[in-house]
Amino acid sequence: MASTTQSISTTAPVVPYKKKTNWGRIALYVFLITFTLVYMLPFFSSIVTSVRTQDDISLHGFWSVPKEITLQNYPDAWVQGRVSRYLLNSFIITIPALIGTVFLSSLSAYALARYRFKGNRLIYFMYVAGTMLPFQILLLPVFLLTNKLGLYNTYWAVIIIHTAFQLGFVTFVLRNFMKTLPGEIMEAARIDGASEFGIYWRIVMPLTVPGIAAVSTLEFTWIFNDYIWALILVQSDNLKPVTSGLASLQGQFTTNWPLIVAGALLAAVPTLVVFFLLQRYFIGGLTLGSGK
Amino acid sequence: MAVSSPPAPKKRKINWTPYLFLAAPLALYLVWIVGPMLYTFYLSLTDWDGISPEMKYIGLKNFQSLWNSLGKPVPSAFQYSLVNNLRWLLVFITVPVSIGLALAVMLNRDLKGDRWFKVGIFLPQVLSFAVVALIWSWVYNPRAGLINSFLLNIGVTNPPGWLADKNLAIWAIIVAATWRQIGYIMILYVAGLKNVPPTLLEAAEIDGATGWQRFWKVVFPLLAPVTTIVVVISIIDSLRSFDLVQIMTRGGPANSSSVLANLMYIQAFNNYRMGLGAATAVVLFIISLIFIVAYLWRVTQDELDY
Repeated sequence: MASTTQSISTTAPVVPYKKKTNWGRIALYVFLITFTLVYMLPFFSSIVTSVRTQDDISLHGFWSVPKEITLQNYPDAWVQGRVSRYLLNSFIITIPALIGTVFLSSLSAYALARYRFKGNRLIYFMYVAGTMLPFQILLLPVFLLTNKLGLYNTYWAVIIIHTAFQLGFVTFVLRNFMKTLPGEIMEAARIDGASEFGIYWRIVMPLTVPGIAAVSTLEFTWIFNDYIWALILVQSDNLKPVTSGLASLQGQFTTNWPLIVAGALLAAVPTLVVFFLLQRYFIGGLTLGSGK
Repeated sequence: MAVSSPPAPKKRKINWTPYLFLAAPLALYLVWIVGPMLYTFYLSLTDWDGISPEMKYIGLKNFQSLWNSLGKPVPSAFQYSLVNNLRWLLVFITVPVSIGLALAVMLNRDLKGDRWFKVGIFLPQVLSFAVVALIWSWVYNPRAGLINSFLLNIGVTNPPGWLADKNLAIWAIIVAATWRQIGYIMILYVAGLKNVPPTLLEAAEIDGATGWQRFWKVVFPLLAPVTTIVVVISIIDSLRSFDLVQIMTRGGPANSSSVLANLMYIQAFNNYRMGLGAATAVVLFIISLIFIVAYLWRVTQDELDY
């Protein structure tokens, strides 16, 4: 799969279309600019709404000249809306789950990529199929198991299910990445007397860093953006991540839309930052994950 | 098997190393994913209410009652859910796929600032469904929101209630979902187009093919593998839809925007009908399975290339 490494490193190759008349190009620009702006309208409208007051907007509607501009909704959402607490919880859940799933997946990916053994194909397909499961087929038993183990309403409940569920996708991506590494390096290390774990840890893992970076960026946003597991496994407000937190924020401030959208925008900041800083890896992860 | 018996003559020595690497992740996966999946199948054959210690085995009764709820004069929640999942699926395999492809083709040339178009269109994909749900709930707000505030301003006296309207709620939610999906599809096609060799296009152009012909006769067939993946991903995503419905309408008004994923949650966690909820989950799983198998088949094809 040569395309895997390639799709990470390339950003915008130039396809040498023959230059057409300038009019076609200008029309294309006009269309794309209009389309993109209209497309982002719901997002922009949230930003505009977040700096207005509830009274003003419910009285005059969105399409009216603001009587007053205020930034107060942000601190209100942050403190009274508890977005600060929810965001912290999201990190407390996401970071261990991410580290756990990447580490465990790298182990199974290494086994699946580098050894011939009975059940290799079967285990690989089980992981691939698992990435596509609807969560509903797991909800009840995971809920019961979590209760049995006394983990209900703890961070661990959410961390463990994310770690387990994401194993499928991360193993799939890393296994395919490791397959592209040249086998001679490992053979050489083996002849030099390196242990199997040493080969994995000192040779294969450093070479897999680009794949790990891509898949981690993607996984960070996936785990961070999860709603259903937090909804099922966590009850107290103090433990809620920002997704289910936002749902309770909406319940609490039902008609205060400026505050609600301010909260939603604050909640989106971490994933937006990750996306803008690590765009290349993010896109790389998506294309890696699509199988080809 | 006979692995532990000391004299295993003539048997090739088993290399345990891969199994050691697999032990921890596989154990976690079996306990938290595979086991629960099988257990849901079992639960779907019981009448468990989530509280009583007993789970009575009732065979296929739960599935029967789901089946019997179809075709009533007032559609049941299950019927609404099936129909809405189908609507969602049909929209997802047509609208985001064609718009995403069109955008990818338009952006696949040396345009200055193409990156900004891509970023703008991809941005919703980075937002959580929870954030998307709130943004769009506000857009659809019956009096002050983006749409109705505009309609009222231009003199429409009785604008639609969107999420509060029985006939519109599900479509309003699907629009929000499509908004989030298009960028994803576009990026997959952008990546796919990079693998189309420019020399082929030049050759076609020299042969006098128009832009339209070049697209349908050269580019589109070469994109077939991407399209397969895109369609399967779109179907799976449409069947997984839960968050938007749960946050925007909870399936209402009167179940009209319910989908299977959301119905299952309500049956099991709000109405304590665990057996029935499990049965709904199994129905959803079986529908998904068709496409999971299609995807696996696609991946197998790739495997054979090695």
